[in-house]
Amino acid sequence: MPTTQETAITSPIGRKTPRIDGPLKVSGAAHYASDFHFPGMLYAVPVEATIASGRVVKLDTSAAEKMPGVRAIFHRDNIGKISRSALGPGFEGIVDERRPPFEDDVVRYYGQYIALAVADTFESAKAAADAVRATYAKEKHNVDADLKADDEPEEVATTFSPTKRLESERGDAESAFASAPVKLDQTYVTPTEMHNPIELQATTAVWDGERLTIYEESQAIFNLRGVLAQMFGLPKENVRVITKFVGSGFGSKLWPWTHCALAVAAARKLSKPVKLVVSRKMMFQSVGHRPRTQQRVRLGATADGKLVSLHHDYVNHHAILDNYHEDCGEATAFHYSVPNLRVHFGRARRNVGSPTAMRGPGAVPGLYATESAMNELADQLKIDPMRLRVLNEPKIDESLGIPFSSRHFLECLDLGAEKFGWSKRKPEVGSMKQDGLTLGWGMAGAAWVAARFPAEANVQLRDDGTVRVASGTQDIGTGTYTILAQLASEKTGVPLDKIEVVLGDTSLPEGPISGGSMVTGSMVPAVFAAADNAIASLLTIATTTPGTQFEKRKPDDLAFQGGRIFVKADGPAKGVPFADVLRRANIHLATGNGKSEATFGNPKPKFSTHSFGCHFVEVTWQPEIVRLRVSRVVTVIDAGRILNPLAGRNQIEGAVVMGIGMALLEHTHYDPQNGAPINSNLADYMVAVNADVPPIDVHFLDFPDKEINELGARGIGEIGLAGIAAAITAAVHHATGVRVRELPVTIENLLTSSVLS
Amino acid sequence: MKTFALTRAADSAQAIATAAKATTAQQGAEIRFIGGGTTLIDLMKLNVEQPQTLVDINRLPLDKIETLPDGGLTIGAVVRNSDLAFHPLVKKNYAVLSEALLSGASAQLRNMATTAGNLLQRTRCMYFRATDMPCNKREPGSGCAAITGANRGLAILGSSEHCIATNPSDMNVAMAALEATIHVRGTKGERSIPIAEFHVLPGNTPQRETVLEPGDLITHVTLPPPAAGSRSLYLKLRDRASYEFALASAAVVVTVADGKLTRARIALGGVGTKPWRSTEAESELTGQAPTEAVFRKAADAALRDAKPQSQNGFKVELAKRCLIHALKLATQPA
Repeated sequence: MPTTQETAITSPIGRKTPRIDGPLKVSGAAHYASDFHFPGMLYAVPVEATIASGRVVKLDTSAAEKMPGVRAIFHRDNIGKISRSALGPGFEGIVDERRPPFEDDVVRYYGQYIALAVADTFESAKAAADAVRATYAKEKHNVDADLKADDEPEEVATTFSPTKRLESERGDAESAFASAPVKLDQTYVTPTEMHNPIELQATTAVWDGERLTIYEESQAIFNLRGVLAQMFGLPKENVRVITKFVGSGFGSKLWPWTHCALAVAAARKLSKPVKLVVSRKMMFQSVGHRPRTQQRVRLGATADGKLVSLHHDYVNHHAILDNYHEDCGEATAFHYSVPNLRVHFGRARRNVGSPTAMRGPGAVPGLYATESAMNELADQLKIDPMRLRVLNEPKIDESLGIPFSSRHFLECLDLGAEKFGWSKRKPEVGSMKQDGLTLGWGMAGAAWVAARFPAEANVQLRDDGTVRVASGTQDIGTGTYTILAQLASEKTGVPLDKIEVVLGDTSLPEGPISGGSMVTGSMVPAVFAAADNAIASLLTIATTTPGTQFEKRKPDDLAFQGGRIFVKADGPAKGVPFADVLRRANIHLATGNGKSEATFGNPKPKFSTHSFGCHFVEVTWQPEIVRLRVSRVVTVIDAGRILNPLAGRNQIEGAVVMGIGMALLEHTHYDPQNGAPINSNLADYMVAVNADVPPIDVHFLDFPDKEINELGARGIGEIGLAGIAAAITAAVHHATGVRVRELPVTIENLLTSSVLS
Repeated sequence: MKTFALTRAADSAQAIATAAKATTAQQGAEIRFIGGGTTLIDLMKLNVEQPQTLVDINRLPLDKIETLPDGGLTIGAVVRNSDLAFHPLVKKNYAVLSEALLSGASAQLRNMATTAGNLLQRTRCMYFRATDMPCNKREPGSGCAAITGANRGLAILGSSEHCIATNPSDMNVAMAALEATIHVRGTKGERSIPIAEFHVLPGNTPQRETVLEPGDLITHVTLPPPAAGSRSLYLKLRDRASYEFALASAAVVVTVADGKLTRARIALGGVGTKPWRSTEAESELTGQAPTEAVFRKAADAALRDAKPQSQNGFKVELAKRCLIHALKLATQPA
């Protein structure tokens, strides 16, 4: 089968390309949001509520106000008006925590901002924030881990739009389950997880009269612009958002959080630039998280392994005021062939900050549950878990009744099994040994949506022979700068080192949000169209400039290749560099705009567009010291054409590492005593560290998906995290006999193993 | 963080004279010596420590590692953890110490952290660090939120109804098994304190962690000469492979002769409110053949008095397995 070629490619598309912004990053010249400094800039530090439910009765700011260097202590009586932002059409006005900061005196979660100290230095502002004394009327908070769906109507509000709680239904799942020869009924739990990008969230707000510029690490600068325009009563064109680099976001930087409005409001009040960098502790409280989920999965099957019924009923927690929905059913309805299916959700309000999208929102916890259920069903049926997937491979997307644009899940399984050596698996628990260790093997499938957002780009061909490509999208560390350079290079033939890419500024043509793994797929047609238009403009210039060899020709007679203009009939050898033509014409640049439409949200799609993949995982188990480590991972991804295999591999490897954390380490502990996420630092909230990372063998299939764009490239930022936790927990079971259905797998779980010596 | 004065001591006498003006050398000290600062600065940022004065001792001539006439080793107070861990004599004669140091923190932290600072490392109990929660160690009499809260990582040995905070240091556990001596110079002259007597149990004064008094400056630590024919190692168990405090660890120094354990020194980490030397385990081992059954008896003896909390009961079995495995590794034929 075709897999991505990584050598001997003359086109920049599909070539392993080191990121063009790498030198800036390693030399410290890349400016992140908190790296911008301005004369007279002040520093803001929020005061966090230390209760999770109640009211602020009194705020004593007197001591704080008198501290050296302090400019102001803001609170709801003196911050000025901050309006709510309302949802607009498309991705506009989106906020997960819709209540503006300080809107009322009610505290609904631990760490909610109740005041803001602003001072000449960060240290003074922090000391002043610590000196603000709050008196509360406390009420009983609810951070219970056990989730039962609240009483809600069957259609509920979400962050984006009203949604039916019955997400998908076909056939009669209930009676098919009742009469199924083989049944599985289990509940799977994923804990609250934090995004924990290393770059802390930060805002630097600069007012110039009625114009606002903010430097923010945003994954969606145009949404942020619209939200701030609404919150501060400004015309959109008066707000400029700049995001040059993002030190990862994982979704936590998609939609604006309350600290951003606070910095803007303080800067407005004090007529000075204000910088606010949230603390690591605040990153656990007030900038979103993946909510806890409780998912009941019921599978009915025939004795030979054909699914006849699938129920997926789940609950996620959300905040007191807001309406986040973790769509755990994202992949459930189309992933396997099953005639009877029902996917339904509920939500439970808790005194926590609002959850938000986190890498692979919905699908990642959802596939952990459904893929774990498939693995358990395979064990119950005593058939190979890979074989169970093959038996239930759908021919079409059965939830929508339409074909897949490009689905090669079975090829993923075949290649993964071959690379991993899956055929050597012995199914009995604890039966495989190597070097004195017990091995456990597990696998699972993965899926993630593919689509395009609307996108605009501009390409300039300049008289110094360089090319500039610009779009108001963001590079969140994934390699967007490099991809855009590759696209422009492909069209113009100009080498990467002569291409300037400009991103992350709302003064540029509107680019897509960096969410849903859709930037690359969305940008391909926009950049290509922009380049085509710039080239057309260049050829017109060529035919209208006196003294060039192209004068009096028609643009259609000309061609542009390898950075040279030539007469088609004469061939490229007789061409001239485009810069020569521009200089002769005394024109600085030829420019072209390009635009592509969204496919995301199409109510009547012809094709079901998704990426697919699978993971094969090996763990080692040392029962005598209860030590379990992931020792080997093979991941195969079917994401259409991979434009940059180097960045692509990096995305999948990073996601697998994140998946090791999800399966074995990560969880947020809300303390019932005060409602705080008590392990709010990187020592007590554990993620996988370098020493936990095993060899990760990544393979990409190469089936271009032309429904997405002309190159056939889908996104790859999130799919690597889908399914990996189910593969790891299956391997854990295979090694230890312990079936963990509540993540993460702990030493406490493993101590219940029957193979402990 | 509160504003503080930073001074640099010209010599030990000046450092001692400055620090002697504090009312305590324990939690709440107004004057603190600063070495690497890897615990102290962190706690100052959290307002858990609020010293008015820091006395920088990094330039005092306390940075040597030298052999003693008796074959032992002397380690200066400001010797960095990384220098200590990689010192050829430490690697050769005190493997348990090198291994313990390298199992802790990260390379960057070990490059800063000092020997004396590590002896005084503060607990990682989450409630000690959360100033909006009760903590008897941080604020005597305020209560203990850990006993009723998230106590998975906390102590099962040496705890009291007032405090269950774990001593987090790996180095201390190795030092306990090596029977290190801590040398202190104070206002009343010099004294030597065996490590077993250096840290104190929390009892009803968990704010007091060591026997140090205002003005006491740790100048160096000495290790006795390595016991003839002994082998030593450190085994640390935790959730992830690196950069995590021990859930359970074991430092073992054993000598096997003629098929018998002639000498055993055992200390446990991650489970005690202080570095946990287990003479009970040592008694079970001494004179016995190195068999799994004997190791298990020793492990049972070491954990006999364990008092688990709501979330850390698993540590009893984990610590036993840790010790048994460490003994197995240390006694298997080379």
